[in-house]
Amino acid sequence: MALIELKHVVAGYGGAPILNGVDMAIEQSDIGVIVGPNGAGKSTTLKAIFGLLKVTGGTIEFDGEDVANSLPDKLVPRGLSFVPQEKNVFTSMSVEENLEMGAFTRRDDFKPTMDWVYAMFPVLAEKRRQPAGELSGGQRQMVAMGRALMSKPRLLMLDEPSAGLSPRYVIEIFETIVRVNKEGVGILMVEQNARQALAFASKGFVLAQGQNRFTGTGAELIADPDVAKSFLGG
Amino acid sequence: MTEFIFFINQVVISGAVLGCIYALGAVGITLIFGILRFAHFAHSELMTSGAFFAFLLAALFASWGIVTPIPMGFVVLPLAMVLSAIFALGVDKGFYAPLRQRGAKPVILLIASIGVTLMVQGLIRLFFGAGSYSFFENETKDVFRVDTSFLGSTRPLVITEPQLLMIIVTIISVLALHFFLTRSRLGKAMRAMADNADLAQVSGINTALVVRVTWVVAGALACMAGTMLALDVTLKPDLAFNIIIPIFAAAIVGGLGQAYGAIAGGLLIGFAESLAVFNWTMVLRPLNGVLPEALQLPATLALVPTEYKLTVAFVILVVVLLVRPTGIFKGASS
Amino acid sequence: MIARSLSLFAGLFALILVIGWLMGVPFTSSRLVEATAYALIALGLNIQWGYGGLFNFGIMGFLMLGGFAVTFISYPINPSFWGSDGPWMLGRAALAFGAGALLVYAARQSHRLGLRGGWKTFTIVLAWSVAYCLYRSQIDPAAAYIESTAGFVGGLGINPVFGWLFGGVLAAGVALIVGKIALGLRTDYLAIATIGISEIIRALIKNMDWLTRGTLTVSPIPWPTPLPQEYQASGADQLSSLILARGGYLALALLVLAAAIWLVSRAYAGPWGRMMRAIRDNHVAASSMGKDVKSRQLEIFVLGSVLMGIGGAMLVSFTQIFDPSSYQPINHTFLIWVMIIVGGAGNNWGAVFGAVLIWLVWVISEPLAKTIFETASYWSTSVGWPEIPDIESRSAQMRVFVLGLVITIALRYAPKGLIPEVVRRDS
Repeated sequence: MALIELKHVVAGYGGAPILNGVDMAIEQSDIGVIVGPNGAGKSTTLKAIFGLLKVTGGTIEFDGEDVANSLPDKLVPRGLSFVPQEKNVFTSMSVEENLEMGAFTRRDDFKPTMDWVYAMFPVLAEKRRQPAGELSGGQRQMVAMGRALMSKPRLLMLDEPSAGLSPRYVIEIFETIVRVNKEGVGILMVEQNARQALAFASKGFVLAQGQNRFTGTGAELIADPDVAKSFLGG
Repeated sequence: MTEFIFFINQVVISGAVLGCIYALGAVGITLIFGILRFAHFAHSELMTSGAFFAFLLAALFASWGIVTPIPMGFVVLPLAMVLSAIFALGVDKGFYAPLRQRGAKPVILLIASIGVTLMVQGLIRLFFGAGSYSFFENETKDVFRVDTSFLGSTRPLVITEPQLLMIIVTIISVLALHFFLTRSRLGKAMRAMADNADLAQVSGINTALVVRVTWVVAGALACMAGTMLALDVTLKPDLAFNIIIPIFAAAIVGGLGQAYGAIAGGLLIGFAESLAVFNWTMVLRPLNGVLPEALQLPATLALVPTEYKLTVAFVILVVVLLVRPTGIFKGASS
Repeated sequence: MIARSLSLFAGLFALILVIGWLMGVPFTSSRLVEATAYALIALGLNIQWGYGGLFNFGIMGFLMLGGFAVTFISYPINPSFWGSDGPWMLGRAALAFGAGALLVYAARQSHRLGLRGGWKTFTIVLAWSVAYCLYRSQIDPAAAYIESTAGFVGGLGINPVFGWLFGGVLAAGVALIVGKIALGLRTDYLAIATIGISEIIRALIKNMDWLTRGTLTVSPIPWPTPLPQEYQASGADQLSSLILARGGYLALALLVLAAAIWLVSRAYAGPWGRMMRAIRDNHVAASSMGKDVKSRQLEIFVLGSVLMGIGGAMLVSFTQIFDPSSYQPINHTFLIWVMIIVGGAGNNWGAVFGAVLIWLVWVISEPLAKTIFETASYWSTSVGWPEIPDIESRSAQMRVFVLGLVITIALRYAPKGLIPEVVRRDS
């Protein structure tokens, strides 16, 4: 049984559905990457899983249980976490407070988790008392990821984590994602930097027009001429 | 020296008392705005009803023969605050939450809060009539007169017991609020939600719980402000309705959504009002001895005539909206 | 849709007849005249909110301006003012005002002299302070003098209809200033700003005894149409003279209302109206299309205020007394808002319907409450409980409660109003 499995998911923002029957499955050991052209429904898939928009068809099974249309405050304790693409930090709160907010649903002592996050992002430890709004783009992304990791998720979802970052930070973020996965967190992310992301993906999904067109390991998809020609671009 | 003491009595003490009341009211307004994103016009009714809760409790305690060293109004205040918190929760559940669920715009919520204002006002007047009540019918209002002749003044420093207690209670409340917002899990969750409501939800914060806590805090502080105002002057149905605009002005001046800004804004407007109607002639009178005949000071030299005292807050509000709509502490604006 | 509107208006007409039967013709005729004035005011608010999406919560201020305007224009001339030094002193105060305004304007242009940033701000603040002191130095003695010799400046003795028009003009002028200041703010800020401004206007009008007699009130203010007394003088009995006179006033008021509705509907249907609605529905998109959003919003704001000024003037003319203390935000601002929310914002007929309906509900809720309380008191005394005290004042307060209740119910069940906006399919 997969950690999370989407079966024929239909979802949208109210009018015409954006997802027209999406199928995908991820294990806790996977790094799953969703790529595809604009408007294909990549971010929408993540938002649908996280209960941020209405799912009108199909099922989303997490640990075998259908969690479609559940609210985030029910999903986070189950082990799901989400890093939105924009406005993903509390700008007026300090780095440490941001992390504390990530642990809101936890009742136990979360200090060990915080130490783990600081170990993963040493620069955040330095700046722990600074307001998150004063940090650079790359550092903010780290705060956003750190916040999401504080709930000790089994599946971490990221929406375009490399968007707007300088190349150095892009590499650093991807390396961190791989490291986090090795420590036992499943990853499902949407990426525009398709080639770079698929390079370390264990499962790649190519979405177009609200449906999953190709599934395979990252390497397979990069090598596939159809995929490369139509969907990967440069 | 006499003049200086006069200045302290008229401006510093009076301004501080008014400032405390405005500050406590404005904090509630700013918290509600930060979390729920609408201007809660009915806040004045939370203040007035809170004062009436306190009045009823005080009368009840007095009828049971309980006598206390400090004014009864302060003794029953914690209980009254609990009642007000429950009332505030009820108002939200009954009137605002249903509209929020249907995605109502902030303007519609403002109109709904006006409806609540009218209904609560009507009910209060219905049950209590339109007259005024005093907290001090059965006990005396102690006035402290501090002899300042050792400083060379012929006037004493005058402060009433409620006023002194008011300032102390406000300081304690502000400190408590500060600790709540910066040290407690719920307080930080409130700040998070005011900062970025969507991200707060994504982080798993129970937004419905934060909304409830907001109403509890706002209701309790409003009760405190209303009761203190009634203890200083008298209790009437339109007690707080008259000062709702200065309170909004205080919240806006301080930056909507910024609790510390609201406190600063409240104190600022309180002092500004007292300063604006202050009769400078009383202080500058000694100068009459040195000034030539033609430049003698007139009988009253005030920035603004006393009838326009409440207008001062409106003018400050308009000026702030023009010059710096985000307020001192940079809250939300357009 | 039309059938529904017609049946609602028919119901309203029936209500008027019932009230006429229950409360008598004199009472009802007065209420109808007032309702017409309120319909005009509601129309003004409908333009600002329904067309423009502008949240004006300072309606009371504009009504006071209209009331003041018609008082000043139509009240008889006060010879003891014109014969004294009063006009001369006022003239000097006006000069001081003008000089102060020039000073402030010059200070704002001081960047041409090379002053920038902090220095410019300092100059502007200095200019404002000097202008204020200058004006106060002239107006304070003038005001004291006028109040002690002539009482107040009196009026100009001109036909009240010109007073109504001047009410519109004055309201427009103030709306222009207020609009320039406040229209850039987001909606709930605009609401609070307009409340503040209307309170400032109220404080000024209430306290400028030399101009308005303040709390001493001005009366009697003449009518544009013949008064009941004039009919009586030519032989009519009391009842018919009342009905004839009020009927005459009502006819004039309805004429003004009809003209306003016609003009506004024409504008709404045309290209100007389409642009307005586009701006209201999405002003970010509209401005990116090059429409000058701020100017259009200012136009709407001023236009709506004109109607409010005229309506306010009509009300004061009718009651023949200008009493600044009688203006309350509940009656003169919130009530109008309830009228268009319940009637239907964005629809002229909705505004008119709402105005008449709510005004009638407002005026009969007090007598109705009194009857209910008295009946309850009767029943309570007959079972041995005490009677309900203070029925008079409590009945008066019930109006406030009923109004709040109506707002709440309307928002829950008919958020778009009883005669909502007709969404046109623009081709």
